[in-house]
Amino acid sequence: MPRHVVATTTEIPAGTRKLVTVRGRRIGIFNLNGEYFGLFDRCPHQGGSLCLGLTTGLVEAPEPGTYEYSRRGEILRCPWHGWEFDIRTGQSVTDPESIRARSYQVEVAGGTEVIERKLVAETVPVMVEENYIIVDV
Amino acid sequence: MSVTTDRLDRANDADQRLGIIDTDIHPYMKTPRDLDPYLSARWRQYLSEYDKFVCGPYAARGTYPRFSPNTCRRDSWPPDGGLPGSDVDFMREQHLDASNIAVGVLEPLLNANIARNHDAAAAFCTAMNEWQKQVFYVPEPRLRASILVPQDDPEAAVKEIQSRAGDPAFVQIQLGSKTSEPLGRKRYWPIFAAAQEANLSIGLHIGGTQSSAPSAGGWPQFYMEDHHMLVHSMQNQAASLVLEGVFERFPDLKVVMIEGGFAWWPNLAWRLDNHWKKMRDEVPLKRPPSEYMRSNLWIATQPVEEPENPEDLRQVFEWIGWDRIVYSSDYPHWDYDDPRTAWRIKLSDEEERMLLRDNALAVYNFG
Amino acid sequence: MLGGAIDCDLHPSVPNLRALHPYMTDHWRDIIVQRGLSELESIAYPANSPLTARPDWRPEGRKPASTLDLVRTQALDPFRIGTAICNCLYGVQLLFSEDMGAGMARALNDWMVAEWLDKEPRLRASIVVPVQNPELAVDEIERLAGDTRFVQVLMLVMGDMPLGKRLYWPIYAAAERHNLPIGIHAGSSYRHPVTPLGWPTYYTEDYAAQAPAFQQALSSLICEGVFSKYPSLKVVLLESGFTWLPAHMWRLTKFWRGLRMEVPWVDRAPADIMRSNVRLTTQPCDAPPDRAIFQRLLDHMGSDELLLFSSDYPHWQFDGDEILPDGLPDGLAKKIMFDNPRATYARLTETV
Repeated sequence: MPRHVVATTTEIPAGTRKLVTVRGRRIGIFNLNGEYFGLFDRCPHQGGSLCLGLTTGLVEAPEPGTYEYSRRGEILRCPWHGWEFDIRTGQSVTDPESIRARSYQVEVAGGTEVIERKLVAETVPVMVEENYIIVDV
Repeated sequence: MSVTTDRLDRANDADQRLGIIDTDIHPYMKTPRDLDPYLSARWRQYLSEYDKFVCGPYAARGTYPRFSPNTCRRDSWPPDGGLPGSDVDFMREQHLDASNIAVGVLEPLLNANIARNHDAAAAFCTAMNEWQKQVFYVPEPRLRASILVPQDDPEAAVKEIQSRAGDPAFVQIQLGSKTSEPLGRKRYWPIFAAAQEANLSIGLHIGGTQSSAPSAGGWPQFYMEDHHMLVHSMQNQAASLVLEGVFERFPDLKVVMIEGGFAWWPNLAWRLDNHWKKMRDEVPLKRPPSEYMRSNLWIATQPVEEPENPEDLRQVFEWIGWDRIVYSSDYPHWDYDDPRTAWRIKLSDEEERMLLRDNALAVYNFG
Repeated sequence: MLGGAIDCDLHPSVPNLRALHPYMTDHWRDIIVQRGLSELESIAYPANSPLTARPDWRPEGRKPASTLDLVRTQALDPFRIGTAICNCLYGVQLLFSEDMGAGMARALNDWMVAEWLDKEPRLRASIVVPVQNPELAVDEIERLAGDTRFVQVLMLVMGDMPLGKRLYWPIYAAAERHNLPIGIHAGSSYRHPVTPLGWPTYYTEDYAAQAPAFQQALSSLICEGVFSKYPSLKVVLLESGFTWLPAHMWRLTKFWRGLRMEVPWVDRAPADIMRSNVRLTTQPCDAPPDRAIFQRLLDHMGSDELLLFSSDYPHWQFDGDEILPDGLPDGLAKKIMFDNPRATYARLTETV
């Protein structure tokens, strides 16, 4: 699969996202504390623009009336119907096996490596001193 | 401007897609004072002092907190500010053009028809009707208004209907699924008489003015339940309209039930028929209840049913009757249905035309 | 028809309040006499309305289903019922006085033992509890749970509050502890109008409105997490109709996918919870006129374990001997009449 350089790491600080278009596909790149993840910007439910959704934590309950709130910022809620997806895997919270958003592999590489590996960088100017976010599409 | 089948077909020819009729679009005001130009000094003063004095606990919002601000899609906030549904240009770009909507029926849910101060309700309804026309219909004639009426004051309601009848800006009379009494009760019949006379359908949208317990078993704890109970209130209204003889007295009256779900329809029809057979001495209808449902009620699709086996939806459509179903988006609300992706079954071209356009043309008078 | 079936909803009726006098404490007996209380029939079943009793089950000069002889000759024998669960509908849950409600429930249950269960081995019964006060309701369950002829706890679908509310949980804890399903029967304590829109014109509308009330109660039980807290608890919906269930399953599951953050203890699809913990009786079946549609509807339910056979005697739900919904496949009929009730009511397979 061709690898595309889509952004510099400084463009997507921790806790933020950037929507990029690669080969006609809108993909949301999320930075979770220095780890990067890519999700197709289309909810598997009705096709809403998933990556415009709010990020939140995972609310779980060992029993009624209790609320365990974890993984703050790692759950994405679709802006339409509120379906929740795990940003790390694309899996839905209610039915992780059957309902999932398409996810893309994301890696970080230095400018020198980008140049040496001749990665596709159509929209991002590459400089040796920068780090880049690369998506497999 | 007139919208006829011909015009819709031209829209279809123009971009090879069906010109869709959306029976449920929610307009909002840019500021709380947007009604002022259409209110008398007395009611401007009243509104500024008491706001919309509703039946319910909170002054500025509904009883149960929603799961998104203003109950809206998070991507529907206009880039230039203001509430979702308040900016005609953005609505045009995000919804009307994007989904090829030929006509959209406005369903304001802004407490004009409050059930407490009836005089205020009459003034607010008149003002909000004019507001819909000037702010939405005039700049974008694809958007058609609902006639809001103070349903608890039928005399004033009839006056409002008569003053709007014949104006192409207005295509239906809006009532809510939660009224002070079941809608089949005789106190509401003057409204139905006026609707039939003006050849205007009733858009019965979920929600409404009454705020006693949302279920006959009391107040639930969660929004998720309250949201679902709106569906139940629609079942109660359908039973009331049919059993109390509204359609026998007003055979040409058309009622579209909006945002109340629809998979309950077949069950309600069977249940009413089965029990009416035993108790028809109490309920002197000439025909079985299900027949009035099939002749006078329509259902709007959103929020669409999502059976575990998608093909089950086809059977539900068949049991209701394909000719009874009209499309609705609920834009810009969070449980919006996209006309291209809402149902996971493949519809035939004819079925799609019926749901997305032709059935609505049979109900509404677009002038 | 298959003989020996288990009828999960049969209604012996209390002739009048005087019949319960022998089972009351002196205090309550004297008080109700002094206050002129002679009847507690609920408006849910007006005595002479067609639904309240089938025309051929109305004895001259007596209340329908008010004697063992009537129940035997009109229901148990002709339908060859092996076991019938008596769900006594008498307005004890409607009283606003919590203590009087508890006193009347106690009398009603003791009357059930002495006048019915002791005399007819085919009968079982539900414990009628004073839901007005969950603490007193639990006391009544504890008092009677040792008698395994009581196989269920009975509540009405419409009360002060939706049935899932935590206030009611002591009742569910006691029921689960004693292997008693919760039976939720059509009816109301009339704390609220019978529709969320207020009081309708006709009795027929009241009865039609029971179905959405069941849908609300079911949503409440699931959203509040009753089945998360009490996973082995079974809830049986009695005289609820059942053809509304697929639509309700779909919709609650749909809303749950978007709103489950509010009720995070609901960690399975509501449709799955309904299939594992909820059962429904067959009368009234509110069936479509077309058998093919009925078959499809049974498919939509997604399980053959949901339905329990019932006569709803003496209520007029069917004519002649058409006690089973028309169009049930034979295999399913057997499951509904025997296997599903036994799987639901653990106490039916225990020796008395």
